[in-house]
Amino acid sequence: MKHDIVEKNVAVLIVLTLVAMSFGGLAQVVPLFFIESTTTPIEGLQPLPALELEGRDIYIREGCHVCHTQMIRPFRSETERYGHYSVAGEHVYEHPFLWGSKRTGPDLARVGARYSDEWHRAHLYNPRDVVPISNMPAFPWLFKNIVSGADTAAKMRALRIVGVPYSDADIDNAATAFADGKVKEVDALVAYLQQLGTLITRKR
Amino acid sequence: MSTFWSLWIGIITLVTIIGVSWVLVSNRRVSVKEKLKDDEVPTTGHVYDGIEEYDNPLPGWWFNMFVISVVFAIVYLVLYPGMGNFPGVLGWTSHGQWQAQEKKAEDRFDVVYSTFAGLSIEELAVNPEAFKIGRRLFGNNCAVCHGSDGRGSYGFPNLTDDDWLYGGSPEAIQHSISHGRKGMMPAWSGVIGEDGVNQVSEYLFKLGARDHDASLAEDGAKVFATFCAACHGADGSGNQALGAPNLRDDIWLYGRSPLLIKTTIRSGRQGLMPSQNQQLQASKIRLLSAYVYSQAHQ
Repeated sequence: MKHDIVEKNVAVLIVLTLVAMSFGGLAQVVPLFFIESTTTPIEGLQPLPALELEGRDIYIREGCHVCHTQMIRPFRSETERYGHYSVAGEHVYEHPFLWGSKRTGPDLARVGARYSDEWHRAHLYNPRDVVPISNMPAFPWLFKNIVSGADTAAKMRALRIVGVPYSDADIDNAATAFADGKVKEVDALVAYLQQLGTLITRKR
Repeated sequence: MSTFWSLWIGIITLVTIIGVSWVLVSNRRVSVKEKLKDDEVPTTGHVYDGIEEYDNPLPGWWFNMFVISVVFAIVYLVLYPGMGNFPGVLGWTSHGQWQAQEKKAEDRFDVVYSTFAGLSIEELAVNPEAFKIGRRLFGNNCAVCHGSDGRGSYGFPNLTDDDWLYGGSPEAIQHSISHGRKGMMPAWSGVIGEDGVNQVSEYLFKLGARDHDASLAEDGAKVFATFCAACHGADGSGNQALGAPNLRDDIWLYGRSPLLIKTTIRSGRQGLMPSQNQQLQASKIRLLSAYVYSQAHQ
């Protein structure tokens, strides 16, 4: 082998390294963008309405995904606690995915409809009020900040470009949910949480 | 997946394995021992600032690690799914593994639950085995709102006293857990005004045998009779069919301070117990009902 050529030409080294690395991605990642089982939405899956969409962005802004996963793995130990395991079709409208990789707090993939709105509000205002041993931070500013909805339509347009089927009507009416100027960030976040994973139910 | 993607994955995987094997073998020099026969150790010919680079072969154990990983990959791909649509000789799937875990657990726990099937909730409430399971189920599913001791907190009812919004019979408890409950105390500020809120709250203090302003309470009684009695009863003792709380016992779900009681009247309250019948199996709901029943009837 002519190592000299590769070792003395950094451009060749870079190209060959990229080629070597690409094999794994080509076999493991690329097919997932095209095969049916990972690109077909499950029955009843709708793009998030304006309020929930803003709630999702607050979820991202506050870094909820850093401590909470949204990915129930197919193990009994998880399905007993959280419900049916997550399936690819639930997440086809998510850009980016919020699967997370670390569980400081519990998985939230199916937290929707599990607690009351009031519980979520109490818990977000100060988690210790309802779970004395919780180490989750409090998020009191969510109860002050108003969601303007100024960017909601633009967010929907951007998501439509990457394949989320928002209709023109969805985009035109995006701001109406926030028109009265009274929607707090916590309202949007709770609305987002309350729909998570509710399309698939399974009795534990 | 389609044949194309199946072939795509299979071919890339095979080409990769063959490729790394070729790179490994074609770069291999003769073994270390053979090399050491010569006094002269060959160099690669690289010289950097007078430092030369020996051209020693890869140590044997290192080389073998590479060989083992290639062999492992081949064995793995024969046994487990990995080559496109080829399911692997073992026929393993993640869903199948999960089902097997479920089956094993069902076989184990169905025996336990079947012994409870014939027992009524009152009987289960005094059954030590059912109590143990019920306590764990409560800890996992109910304690987040009602507290691990079941005593509740602001907005979440205490389940250990004998004050029930929707009734404390076994049937009522089971119904509350299965189907959930929806509180609907309307906001009254628009109807009775701030004066009305003050008067009614003084009347409520009177009902609860607390300090109160007698004249305001007298006016409050009239407001109460007009607007509140329909749900809370003429004497304020509540109505469990509607989930209207008893106002005479001085137990307050949303705080007993005058400020909070006035807020409740002014803005209303919408408590929600989420239904569990889509989340939990009926057999577990029965054990939970029995546990809650036992806590309140100790």
